[in-house]
Amino acid sequence: MIEIRDLVKSYGKGGAQVNALRGVSLEVSSSEILMLMGPSGSGKTTLLSIMGCILTATSGSVRVNGLETVGLAESKLPRVRLENFGFIFQGFNLFPALTVEENVDLAFKLKGLKPRSAQLLERVGLADKRRTYPRDLSGGQKQRVAIARALAGDPPIILADEPTAALDSHSGQTVMEILAGLARERKRAVVMVTHDNRVLHYADRIVRIEDGRIVEQREEMVA
Amino acid sequence: MFKLAWKNLIHDRTRLLVTLVGIVFALVLILIQFGLFLGFLDTSANVVQKSGADLWVSAPGIPHVNGGSSFKETKRFQALSVPGVERADPYALFFVNWKLPSGATEAVQIAGFDLDGRMGGPWDLVAGSIEDLRGEDTVIIDQLYAAKLGVSSLGESVEINGRRARIAGYTRGIRSFTTSPYVFTSFKNAQNYVPLQEDETIFLLVKVAQGWEVEKVRRALEARLGRVEIFTNHEMWRKTQHYWVFSTGAGVTTLMGAVLGLIVGIVVVAQTIYAATVDHIREFGTLKAMGAANSRIYEVILAQAGMSAVMGYSMAIVIGWFVARGSESGNAPILLPPEVAAGVLALALAMCAGASLISIRKATSIDPAMVFRG
Repeated sequence: MIEIRDLVKSYGKGGAQVNALRGVSLEVSSSEILMLMGPSGSGKTTLLSIMGCILTATSGSVRVNGLETVGLAESKLPRVRLENFGFIFQGFNLFPALTVEENVDLAFKLKGLKPRSAQLLERVGLADKRRTYPRDLSGGQKQRVAIARALAGDPPIILADEPTAALDSHSGQTVMEILAGLARERKRAVVMVTHDNRVLHYADRIVRIEDGRIVEQREEMVA
Repeated sequence: MFKLAWKNLIHDRTRLLVTLVGIVFALVLILIQFGLFLGFLDTSANVVQKSGADLWVSAPGIPHVNGGSSFKETKRFQALSVPGVERADPYALFFVNWKLPSGATEAVQIAGFDLDGRMGGPWDLVAGSIEDLRGEDTVIIDQLYAAKLGVSSLGESVEINGRRARIAGYTRGIRSFTTSPYVFTSFKNAQNYVPLQEDETIFLLVKVAQGWEVEKVRRALEARLGRVEIFTNHEMWRKTQHYWVFSTGAGVTTLMGAVLGLIVGIVVVAQTIYAATVDHIREFGTLKAMGAANSRIYEVILAQAGMSAVMGYSMAIVIGWFVARGSESGNAPILLPPEVAAGVLALALAMCAGASLISIRKATSIDPAMVFRG
């Protein structure tokens, strides 16, 4: 699904140059939950951003479902994001002015699809909250709405940044159960950045990054 | 995307209120300042604009219509002998003293016109008629100045330059640019009030016969009349406007007020819209991360700006209309013709779109780390 080779991302020039990623190579397969771990500033979010075509790489190769995205015209990147990725953010990033249903519908509309938010909200257990505004939801419920939104249009890859960081243990478990179900039952690839040790047992693989390099990769036993 | 823009706007009522107050304030300021300037322009030369004359013959070197000097009326007969001249009527515009009931005096401008040709006469009469001016010592004033001149009813006798005069009618909305109201009377009557010899006039107002070119007739008149100046009605209008606008502090002040109003308005709208757009910057970043092309983000931002502009404009034009109506009974008219109303709407849309374009740059160049962090 995603093949990354010798990925480099640098900011600045000359003496002020900072290398956020220094030759990262990685593969992500369908039905897999891959967790990116590492200290703050290690390059996890940069890697996730480049995988999701939000940020462009300095050099190297990133193939998303066979399409090389490094060097791709910036105008073509939104289409790649729409067709391949669903995003889940640590801060939920729901639109406060829209209801739960409208938040999910928006993702369908961006993809040019007929809104089918009811099914997705059913799947994340929020069918009864369709007309509720995000301000009236708990953190866990907000993240489940964000998951429903990420699933609009059935993207093959879910990219999540600290999806359980702002949640209590019970809500975190619920969110991880949904993500795990996506990987196992719907053959989706789930890549998530996390510091949350409580959810590590959901991982198929854990990749540890430090100073822009992968320092450890280990396969996990499925929980 | 329009739904998102609309819901973004109405979601935070306080923010919307602040945005609209900013836009309304700016647009009302612009409308009033420009309305005042237009009112200034309109009143500065209204007697010329409404004179109905094609050509104005004056003594040489006059600065504007209110600053004419006398010349021999015999030129009138010379003018009438020029082919293409249908009428050449004497016209007097002169500052004189009007005695108030209190004994104090008030400066007024006598406008003495020919009752047969009616060029340079009053318009918008609400009481009396021009024919009433055939009576001896009869005058028409504007009802706006009746109280100022101590006049309470038609037929009342007053004193102008030491001579009796009788109020024969009222006009509505004929303002004077100076503090001296216009007093319309026949040229014959005017000769009694202004220091003119019987054979003198201050202007000749010329009507060109149908089918004749005004410019050709002017050249023929110049050749025939000798030492006079001849202006088309438009030239006299512009000359007078130009004098009052650029040669007096009042005109420059009003013009500067209009320009400052525009600048302040643009700054207020720009800041208001920019702040309102930046408030949603995180959401635009999320949209971008989700795969929205920049054009979709532009759509939302511009739609928000456009909706704010239209809402703000709708309120501002209503306020502006009431202010303009209120000014009708005052000395400083505020004019809001449809062209100005349409121009300010276009300006409001352009200002809001322009201000939001600045924030578009911010939204579309957003750091992805901002999207991914809580």
